[in-house]
Amino acid sequence: MSEAMGLKAKLGLDVFKEDSEFHIKIKEGQAKDIRLKKAILVCPAGLYSETEDGEVVISVDGCLECGTCLLACGAAVLEWDYPRGGSGVQFRFG
Amino acid sequence: MESQSSEQFDAIIVGGGLAGLAAAYTLASAGLEVLVLERGDYCGAKNVTGGRMYVNPIRELFPELWKKAPLERHIAHEEVCLMDKERSITIRYDGSELNEEPYQSYSILRGKFDKWLAKQAERKGAMLVCKSRVDELIIENGKVMGVMAGGDELRANVVIACDGVLSLVAGQAGLQKPVESKNFAIGFKEIIEIDRGILENRFNLEGNEGAARLFMGDVTAGKFGGGFLYTNLESISLGIVVGIDALTDETPEIKAPELLDKFKQRPEIARLIKGGETVEYSAHVIPEGGLKAMGKLYGDGILVAGDAAGFSMNIGVTVRGMEYAMASGYYAAQAVIQAKENNDFTKAGLSIYENLLNDSFVLKDFKNFKESLEVLEYPRLFKHYPELAGNIMKDLYEVPTGPKTRLYPTLKKYMSINELWSLVQVGRRMMKI
Repeated sequence: MSEAMGLKAKLGLDVFKEDSEFHIKIKEGQAKDIRLKKAILVCPAGLYSETEDGEVVISVDGCLECGTCLLACGAAVLEWDYPRGGSGVQFRFG
Repeated sequence: MESQSSEQFDAIIVGGGLAGLAAAYTLASAGLEVLVLERGDYCGAKNVTGGRMYVNPIRELFPELWKKAPLERHIAHEEVCLMDKERSITIRYDGSELNEEPYQSYSILRGKFDKWLAKQAERKGAMLVCKSRVDELIIENGKVMGVMAGGDELRANVVIACDGVLSLVAGQAGLQKPVESKNFAIGFKEIIEIDRGILENRFNLEGNEGAARLFMGDVTAGKFGGGFLYTNLESISLGIVVGIDALTDETPEIKAPELLDKFKQRPEIARLIKGGETVEYSAHVIPEGGLKAMGKLYGDGILVAGDAAGFSMNIGVTVRGMEYAMASGYYAAQAVIQAKENNDFTKAGLSIYENLLNDSFVLKDFKNFKESLEVLEYPRLFKHYPELAGNIMKDLYEVPTGPKTRLYPTLKKYMSINELWSLVQVGRRMMKI
């Protein structure tokens, strides 16, 4: 276990139930906002990344629903809700 | 779930975590009609803890619960470790009181515990509906009248917001203070399963004894926060807590998940988890702003409890939240019981909640420790001192090829007047907590 386990593999251990819509969206026209770059650093699931054009994109699959991105970036740039009932991550140990 | 617009509950509780379930258990025990709405598949499905609950302050509030509660190990051995890059200093505390019943604290897994607590609340008569996300509050003439959940309109005399640290519900009711990222930390951890015998040998545990270890310094790259390790019955909870602003505003720039990977590779940690298998990765925001960041705790037809109210506290060697959650749920329930007796669910009628919290350990603790975040959020504590202590130990223990330097000059090299003065300043800061 001493070698680093890839983040994808780690997230693969969790139980996720798909939602029919994305519960986190970058607000329209905000993708280049500097505040969003914080999410790249803080997201424990590594779901945020920056494209070559300097736009921040999110892939919601694997979201742990921790709320860090909303607090770091703010509601001005993120549309944030919990996944609908019965979807999203289901922690077995927590 | 069918629409129940005709039915009026005494209380609707948003969120079946510790605050919500403690409130439901207490209300149902008193014979009130209570509905718990939980968005996960089961209670605990959305909940994360670092790993330890202190039982002493809440034991008497739920006298029937503890005997059969599915807690993991009672913490009998405490360690704090200062980590420099290539060395570390560990202080271990063993006290006979930690190993005497009733035990002060236990490691805990929320997936197990919350599911069990939900069952106890249901046995008392609470109604629990899982897979149900509350979409919004029903507010009429400024008073909270119920909730909308998945298209159903559900009405109650009181809504208790126990929907966790972000509390979108308390936000909609206008009870929150403007949210500032400096008042929050992020915690993330792995559950690492390991053979019980190996675990007990490795941590020197007898029977159901458990160990708790906190790490500060290089573990967060010198940022405000630390690492933690708790032994469960057959697994280890290993993770990191770090301030959100420390991650985004301070150098070195590092992504949160990399901190945990590096932590696992430290030789001090790698040998403890060797042969174990990671079975889950989880994360959650932790409110650390304390009293200064706290919003209103009640309004017309609504109460706020647990993380939703900001009831979590970091005072360095103890980081607590779960007992505040359960206690605030209990007092919220007591307030609703009284409000029902007086048939007054207005803000004035529910204000008894804050009185009850003021008289309890909950708000007394938050008042006593209201400066703790500002005192602890001091970069020297997380970078400079772990390094300094490591360097002093290195020189004290070193036997070089030639003659060894006298001890006093060795210490003096590190303890300049400036260094001593800054230690005095740290001491002054600490006097505030």
